[in-house]
Amino acid sequence: MQTATSLVSPAAIGQPSRRHGIKPSRLSQCLLIASAVFLSILFIGVPMAVIFTYAFREGIAVYFTQILQPATLHAVWLTVLTAIVVVPINMIFGICVAWLVTRFRFPGRRLLITLIEIPFSVSPIVAGVTYLFLYGSQGLLGPLLESYDIKIMFTVPAIFLVSLFVTSPFVARELIPLMQAQGSEDEEAAITLGATGLQTFFYVTLPNVRWALLYGAVLCNARVMGEFGAVSVVSGAIRGQTNTLPLQIELLFNDYNVTGAFAASSTLALIAVVTLVLKYLLERKQVS
Amino acid sequence: MFSRSSQRGILPGFGLTLGVTLLYFVIIVALPLLAMLYKSFNLGWADFWSVVSSERALATYRITIGAAALATVLNAIFGVLLAWVLVRYEFPGRRLLDAVVDLPFALPTAVAGLALVTVFSSNGWFGQYLEPLGIKVAYAPLGIALAMMFTSIPFVVRTVQPVLEDVAADVEEAARSLGATNWQIFARIIWPAIFPAFIAGCSLSFARSLGEFGAIVFISGNLPFETEVMSLLVFIRLDEYDYPAAAALATVMLVTAFVMLFVTNSIQAWQLRYADRN
Repeated sequence: MQTATSLVSPAAIGQPSRRHGIKPSRLSQCLLIASAVFLSILFIGVPMAVIFTYAFREGIAVYFTQILQPATLHAVWLTVLTAIVVVPINMIFGICVAWLVTRFRFPGRRLLITLIEIPFSVSPIVAGVTYLFLYGSQGLLGPLLESYDIKIMFTVPAIFLVSLFVTSPFVARELIPLMQAQGSEDEEAAITLGATGLQTFFYVTLPNVRWALLYGAVLCNARVMGEFGAVSVVSGAIRGQTNTLPLQIELLFNDYNVTGAFAASSTLALIAVVTLVLKYLLERKQVS
Repeated sequence: MFSRSSQRGILPGFGLTLGVTLLYFVIIVALPLLAMLYKSFNLGWADFWSVVSSERALATYRITIGAAALATVLNAIFGVLLAWVLVRYEFPGRRLLDAVVDLPFALPTAVAGLALVTVFSSNGWFGQYLEPLGIKVAYAPLGIALAMMFTSIPFVVRTVQPVLEDVAADVEEAARSLGATNWQIFARIIWPAIFPAFIAGCSLSFARSLGEFGAIVFISGNLPFETEVMSLLVFIRLDEYDYPAAAALATVMLVTAFVMLFVTNSIQAWQLRYADRN
């Protein structure tokens, strides 16, 4: 019980948030809360703590030397660039899908919603392999591209493409339930009053869904920046050229540069924390 | 039904959004998938079968499914516990705990793998105490299960949580006034209500674990027949420029993913019908 009392003040424990039939004794409530908190610290808190501890274990000067290594800096730049390219494209795609399936009824609509979600169920490795067999020299379009001297595989555009695949459902998945729930009366009124399609979208739809759109974009961004499996197949993993941050982490780890790997990891872990904070804030915005 | 034509008549953009959606979907999602399937079919049935039924491939199926099953069972227990505590009790730090649950989705898998292998290696924070006890996590099958568990923690919590919030308090009150014990209320009222969502969460967690790569690569040790998972074998075949074998193995993973997607969708449809009835 030591853990429970040190983590939560005893006075506030055991007040059910609503009236329910189950009223366990205070002791068992404390035990349940304590074990949930303990396991969360064990499985989620400790891995987070280890990242920052190891990143800074040789001091702050070494940390910055590691981060400012040219190869790591380049990986940061490539990761940011990928997000800058991929997130806006998938936002536009998400808006199109959401408008299509929530504002119109047409045959195959349900099928389309399922198809759009496919990238969520496909293993990142498989995603990478599919692109290899489309654009690689062994692939379907490979010979054609080679005859025009276009190389996509193992270049930066391949990283963009595979990231587009992996994160394509994120924005649509946030927008569809919201736009479904809001209905299309507002838009119909605007159109009836003589607004154009674009005016209706920018002045009526967008203000209603902006937080969900931003929320989807934040989740999409986190996944783009952190994608490992798919990118590791299609990027040549060329140091200082086609290495994104997650790939750079593996490379440093395999070079036995543990502090360097953790320093690079800490930047991504920080992005994950910022993502969660934004998610929390945006969810509150959406509710209010 | 008659609203169909009128709805399509009022709002503009049907053609535009349909065109953009289909074009994007075909170029980004469908075409690569078809290219891989085509490559795999080109292999011919005999070659395909010899690749996917080789001893080494069979070992990866066994290891992957075993570790994913263990990870899912652990997440099932942990997930229900977390959902229960988050919904039913008010305590300081509840909001923080609620937010932290999503961390495994926000944290890149490579970072998770690096952190886990460091914690559980023989001189790591936990490993130094576990290894003398004979419990080997890093570079062992247990490590694979742990990596899978970490990357899929939120699934069960996030599917069970909203359903648990909706369980009507008055039904529980009624059961209580009729003399039901806490355990009876849980087993007869709450558990049946959250069960479909629970199963849906478990199947999502299992599906994700089958395809996981980033976190496992760091912690598994990658020994053939011992700690090699399906996604890793695909990657190794690519590294060896054995593209036909990679295509065949990736096709097995893709088909598995589609089967899991179908199972999960069916469960979720069942869950929705179930929720409507209550």
